[in-house]
Amino acid sequence: MMAPLLLEGSMFYFILNRLAQALLVMAVVSAISFSLFNFVGDPVNNMVGQDATREQRIEIRQQLGLDDPILVQYQRFMLNVAQGDFGLSYRIKQPVSQLILERLPATLELVFASAVIAVLIGIVLGVYTGIRRYSWVSKIIMSVSLIGVSLPTFIIGIGLIYLFAVHLRWLPSSGRAGVIELGGWKTSLLTIDGWRSIILPAVTLSLFQLTMILRLVRAEMLEVMRSDYIKFARARGLANRAIHFGHALRNTLVPVITIIGLNIGGLIAYSVITETVFQWPGTGLMFIQAVDFVDVPIMAAYLIFVALLFVVINLIVDILYFVVDPRIRRGGS
Amino acid sequence: MTNLLEINNLSVDFPSRRGQVSAVKKVSIGVAKGEVLGLVGESGAGKSTVGNSVINLLEPPGHISGGEIIFDGMRIDQLSNEEMRKIRGAKIGTIFQDPQTSLNPLMTIGKQLSETLIETLRISGASAREKSIELLESVGIPYPETRLDAYPHQFSGGMRQRVVIALALAGDPDLIIADEPTTALDVSIQKQILDLIKSLCKQRNLGVIIVTHDIGVIAEIADRVAVMYNGQLVEQGKVTQVLQKPKHDYTKSLISAVPSGDQKLNRFTVVDYIDGSEEKVSMKNVGDHWLSKNKTSKTHDIAVLVKNLSIEFSIKKALFRKNRIFLKAVDDVSIEIMTGESFGLVGESGSGKSTLARLIAGLYKPKSGDIQIFGHNVLQKSEKTKTSLIRRKMQMIFQDPYSSLNSRMTVEDIVSEPIRFHRSTGNAIETATVVRDLISFVGMPSTSLKKYPHEFSGGQRQRISIARALASRPEILICDEPTSALDVSVQANILNLLKDLQEELNLTMLFISHDLPVIRQMCDRVAVMQNGRICEIAETDKLFDHPKHEYSKHLLGLMPRMDLFRL
Amino acid sequence: MAKLDQSNSRWQRFLDNDIVYSFFTTPGAIIAASITFIAITAAFAAPLIAPYNPFDPAQISLWDGKLPPAWSDGGSSAYLLGTDNQGRDMLSTILYGGRISILVGIAAVFLGMLLGVTLGVISGYFGGFTDTVIMRIADVQLTIPGILVAILINGIGRAALPLELREEFAIYVVIVAIGLTDWPQFARVARGATLVEAEKEYVQAAKLIGLPKITIILRHILPNTLRPVLVIATIGLALAIIAEATLSFLGQGIPPTTPSLGTLIRVGNEFLFSGLWWITLFPAIALIILVFSVNLLGDWMRDALNPKLR
Repeated sequence: MMAPLLLEGSMFYFILNRLAQALLVMAVVSAISFSLFNFVGDPVNNMVGQDATREQRIEIRQQLGLDDPILVQYQRFMLNVAQGDFGLSYRIKQPVSQLILERLPATLELVFASAVIAVLIGIVLGVYTGIRRYSWVSKIIMSVSLIGVSLPTFIIGIGLIYLFAVHLRWLPSSGRAGVIELGGWKTSLLTIDGWRSIILPAVTLSLFQLTMILRLVRAEMLEVMRSDYIKFARARGLANRAIHFGHALRNTLVPVITIIGLNIGGLIAYSVITETVFQWPGTGLMFIQAVDFVDVPIMAAYLIFVALLFVVINLIVDILYFVVDPRIRRGGS
Repeated sequence: MTNLLEINNLSVDFPSRRGQVSAVKKVSIGVAKGEVLGLVGESGAGKSTVGNSVINLLEPPGHISGGEIIFDGMRIDQLSNEEMRKIRGAKIGTIFQDPQTSLNPLMTIGKQLSETLIETLRISGASAREKSIELLESVGIPYPETRLDAYPHQFSGGMRQRVVIALALAGDPDLIIADEPTTALDVSIQKQILDLIKSLCKQRNLGVIIVTHDIGVIAEIADRVAVMYNGQLVEQGKVTQVLQKPKHDYTKSLISAVPSGDQKLNRFTVVDYIDGSEEKVSMKNVGDHWLSKNKTSKTHDIAVLVKNLSIEFSIKKALFRKNRIFLKAVDDVSIEIMTGESFGLVGESGSGKSTLARLIAGLYKPKSGDIQIFGHNVLQKSEKTKTSLIRRKMQMIFQDPYSSLNSRMTVEDIVSEPIRFHRSTGNAIETATVVRDLISFVGMPSTSLKKYPHEFSGGQRQRISIARALASRPEILICDEPTSALDVSVQANILNLLKDLQEELNLTMLFISHDLPVIRQMCDRVAVMQNGRICEIAETDKLFDHPKHEYSKHLLGLMPRMDLFRL
Repeated sequence: MAKLDQSNSRWQRFLDNDIVYSFFTTPGAIIAASITFIAITAAFAAPLIAPYNPFDPAQISLWDGKLPPAWSDGGSSAYLLGTDNQGRDMLSTILYGGRISILVGIAAVFLGMLLGVTLGVISGYFGGFTDTVIMRIADVQLTIPGILVAILINGIGRAALPLELREEFAIYVVIVAIGLTDWPQFARVARGATLVEAEKEYVQAAKLIGLPKITIILRHILPNTLRPVLVIATIGLALAIIAEATLSFLGQGIPPTTPSLGTLIRVGNEFLFSGLWWITLFPAIALIILVFSVNLLGDWMRDALNPKLR
């Protein structure tokens, strides 16, 4: 039987739909990346400099295939990308994929540490303020969180550096120390120095997302606590514990999964800023430097790489959604 | 005999910035074991607040400001939250209005049942499962053991309400409070649920309080009835006594306002007890008015002709069309509505009656079939301008008075918009005069014109909607459940207004309702709809006295027992 | 029944008054509105109230550079909040910088709102293929966090301009970059509100009158979608100001010749290690207060306009 597989509400249809959307995102992003090469700056100038002769330029144009029809160029670009080949950086003259891979562990470790902080603390505080809506502690947490969403990430970074590195001299102000190579992965999470150097950037990066998660979880919790089934659960004499954690939290979880997915995406984006403030040698710092110098191959590669990450995260979120909510799982009523 | 529950002089206040609002004022009622007490009143009467006070689940900032509640010889209105929690479920069970939202959507019903059983009866998980099956069986859920692992969305509305009742019974309570337990359900299911509650009450010797706005429900199930109006108890007593020989004026008018399904009356009895009752409509010489000019209907006998009309909505999407599932909302329907006639369309929710109305009005496009209005085929694309002229002759009154008016426009703007748009008056001064006339035809003072919709009650808004419809000078008026969102007392007023307008203006009317007595009073002929198809078309009296189709008989059998409360 | 009636009719009946009432009984809302109002006025009146014009070379003297605030040792009463490395009065640069930040923020939100609401309403009202295309684009863009999109659009915009024009047009590039980043939020909210409104019976009544689509959209639907849009716009203003500051801090935004608050913080950051804390701290505080009060206002608005929370 093919039919039930293709019906809306079946896992297969659902994931197929999401995969199609993911492919669309990747197609759009790769097209944008490709057009960067053509519309931003002159690649020949970037290769040979301003004072090359006319003949040299024509020769390089032919070498690079810049005179081919645009679709042929796009096809070539996509084939290369599929093989992980993004060309040479204009500025550093090294393969872009190699540059990204070198810096990837730094970014991923930073994002991972921040995500753990943001998700754990954010959910706990969000649930607490949602349940104890009128307590003093909740009111204080909510006021502080509003300040939290009003603080630009870079100001948090500067503030923390000034306090803990310049003033108290407890932690290093920048860079990534204590790096050990472990099977091709350069980690800083295995040494004291490494931990000392990741604390400030990780906290900086997580703070904004933490407050967002907190506020959204609280809002969802309040929404659920107002629902009829919570009132009915009370009317059946269930204990507060069962109502809060068995009924309310479970229903809050569904939207929270989406929120967390979005927030991990946000962490990757804001790592650009955090890495700049702390001179953290990750992909974000590389990207912002590339933007400064209009280093198109790096910009294009970073874009595709980040989009791929987001698409994967979103796909995981969608599948989790499917697992948690029986209404989606077994088709609508 | 001492009562199971005794409420003495209960008062409930809701403090607001405009001062204390007394939702319940010194109400005293009682209910004994094995007895069903009906608590009836219109919206805002405070009946639900009484129910919520008993289980101490008043919405903040509401609080009990006086009186006492005695349950099983113990005063319970002053108990702490934790003490009260042990009474809820175990001693007093509650059933809420909407089974769609009463159950946790992410938990299987077996889990919700056993969780409640373990909490209230302190039994083990294994015996909780056994007990769950028993409970589901007792509320009439077939194959209970296989249904334990199902989620709420896998049950139909009626079945879900049965699950809710099972949950309310789980702690083996002595008292059940049911707050509008059947309002969200279809008529045929309503009756089943009421029967179930009644039989459970007798079997288990339960005290039951049914909170409802529907006198039909009271007549069906209650042993005794208490009538509330504006926070006060106006009358209580045995059902037969209160319904047949009401003492209080409010009860009298409330009962007389319920439309009768037995016989056709000329007008609805208007509830005149209610303070500030709406003034009587005075329509003199409407025949000479602007409203009556520009008629097209005089030359046609058939106002609306519908031939083999069908529409379907896709309810399941799929990659390939052949795998999609379509709902035939209107399936091969043909009707004729004569000029000046009042044509009724009756059916349960989901029968397609509203869809048919919207198809005729041109809000939806049919998949196949023909619609002719005054002899003009309105589905033909070639004659667009003529079609839009004809279309304008048809206007609609909608069900929900809260969404049928644009809240950002004044009443004057709302009513004058069609006139201004069609330039159907000579100048702005004439427009203003016409608008004032229209608003007075529907029984509203001219001071309403400068106000916004949110300043009016549901009934008044429905009058404004009627004025707006009249402003297009319609000859056909489609009324889609125009009073189902209103209280009975207001319903009578609006229906009388519609009747008067129809007579004065010689309107053709398509009247849609799920309420058979209303149809009987309003319509000359009726079509009965089920699952998108017409079962039977007959003259109203014939249909009510000698229904031919099985479904018509079934529907008529579900009408509330009016015999109980006709004098 | 009774419950629906209470929340619906009573809510709607006193709607407008209740918002005013809620405003005057919420101290946070009053403070936030006052600060926002003062900040916007001060920023626009900067040339009138600032003690100096920081862009007038005649008023700047390098000799007065790096002076601490007036109350510190070595501070001068002529410069209340001290001076920066070039001898510009900090108070004046903050006022002028705040002006740029607010202007960019408002312009960007306005652009995003215009684009988003137009596309959202069209999408919601017409549905079908138009809807699919518009919302898919919005979805794709929303997949990628805003700040990254802004950096990218901004980067492309700068790179596309000839070198000599980059500084002059930087501010417009930033506005367009942030505006183009914002639109999907507005589009989503406007579409959602439009879908809700278009289903309502007053819109069907308007169709029966025979009103053309454009009249129905402009006169009936649009005014009813503005409430949620207004909330998004307020919160969006806070986010836009942060986004501009972030771009400028990264050196991608407003150039130091006409600095915004973000640019000032970037410049000051270089002197933080040498102990000249006031060059960073004061613009940072100004930025935080501004964003915080706008956020507070948005927070209150969201609660006050949401009947469910009352």
